[in-house]
Amino acid sequence: MTHSGCRIGSMARTASRAGLGGWLFALMASFLLATPALAQETPDALVKRVSQEALAIIKSDPKVQAGDQARIRELIETKLTPYFDVDRMTALAAGRAYRSATPEQKKRLAEEFKTLLIRTYSTALNQYRDQSLEYKPLRADPNATDVTVRTEVIRPGQPPVQIDYSMGKTPNGWKAYDVIVGGISLVTNYRDEFTREVQAGGIDGLIKTLAAKNSGGAAR
Amino acid sequence: MNVQPSLRRIVAVVAAAALLAGCAATPTREAPSPDDPFEPMNRVSYSVHEVVDGHFVKPMVQAYVDYTPQFIQLGIRNFFGNIDDFFSFINAMLQGKPDKAGHSLGRVITNTGFGIFGIVDVASGAVPKSDEDFGQTFGVWGIPQGPYLFIPILGPTTFRDGSGWIIRGFTTPIGYIPDVPVRNTLWGIGAVDLRAQALQAESIVGQAALDPYTFIRRAYLQRRRYLVYDGQPPPAKEDDE
Repeated sequence: MTHSGCRIGSMARTASRAGLGGWLFALMASFLLATPALAQETPDALVKRVSQEALAIIKSDPKVQAGDQARIRELIETKLTPYFDVDRMTALAAGRAYRSATPEQKKRLAEEFKTLLIRTYSTALNQYRDQSLEYKPLRADPNATDVTVRTEVIRPGQPPVQIDYSMGKTPNGWKAYDVIVGGISLVTNYRDEFTREVQAGGIDGLIKTLAAKNSGGAAR
Repeated sequence: MNVQPSLRRIVAVVAAAALLAGCAATPTREAPSPDDPFEPMNRVSYSVHEVVDGHFVKPMVQAYVDYTPQFIQLGIRNFFGNIDDFFSFINAMLQGKPDKAGHSLGRVITNTGFGIFGIVDVASGAVPKSDEDFGQTFGVWGIPQGPYLFIPILGPTTFRDGSGWIIRGFTTPIGYIPDVPVRNTLWGIGAVDLRAQALQAESIVGQAALDPYTFIRRAYLQRRRYLVYDGQPPPAKEDDE
């Protein structure tokens, strides 16, 4: 009797331990599964999801429809910029000057560049009319850490515009570090501009020019 | 009567702009871009362009875009697009691209015949539109792009692309219309339509660029290289690494 009672007790203890353990396991599993699930989203799926979400908002949000720049910028900042590797973009655009910059300068430069990109993007989005996006199949090695996701803007009566996203794998999932619109790479274009500013006034001069450009745009 | 003063005003404004640009260009000494050996001259041209375009051309073109009914603008766009397709056909042939040539010729025949001289783009959607031109043909043939040029009113080009413009200017069907007023009107409308197409891109440059001259130059050269390679350019060499 005592033996079996002991066994029941031990079974009950095991059961309760299994309950807690099961709960812990489920919790841990959800974390473990959730993180790789985010990281495992293929870069082309990510581009498709993010652009579809953004376009859905653009088409439905009355403020965006009315051309409310503040709302459009907020939308870009919350919906799009998390998927851009702004530090990497800044490093590529500023080239040699970036490598010799102090961490503080790097931070400020990336911050100003990000603001400028958001403003530029909002200007471009404001011109979004009845165009549609097409997604090209991704041709890349499944283990690749650097891919180009190709999309196309279809415009009635005009040749389509190809928009490519250069994307790199980061610990926080895939992030774009360049956008190539109709063959024009954003990073390459800014490299010329940044080089020019750095030659004229060093990296601080570049930061200053960017800041002036950003605050000047606000006054308009 | 009042043509004289307005003309004098234009000349004065242009001269002032050229002077200002000359002064502004001298103190900045930079390593010249290998693509742009005539940068000082081009910057003067750019400043002249900014003034002439900003004061006269752009407001007129903006008015055209804002006040002309949409279907008329589309008809005009299609009409000149049909001529573009004709040149796409010629240049696709010259580049040995029979598929593109076939599509372009198909578009021209369909749109000229069934679309009233191209005013209606009947072939839209059914036959892909390409945009080959003489400058790209020269590029495909291996002729180097040559120095970059900025020409007032006309915008950015290179020796190679500019040569293409000249050939097109002499061969376009518009030039063979015997009625002079009709021909000149079409030249004019064509120019307005061409400028109107650049308006959107321009507003983005205005927001994006720290120095519009540099920005436009790099964007133009990147775009042309991409077109010569039909959208698959080999990766550019990194001059900074």
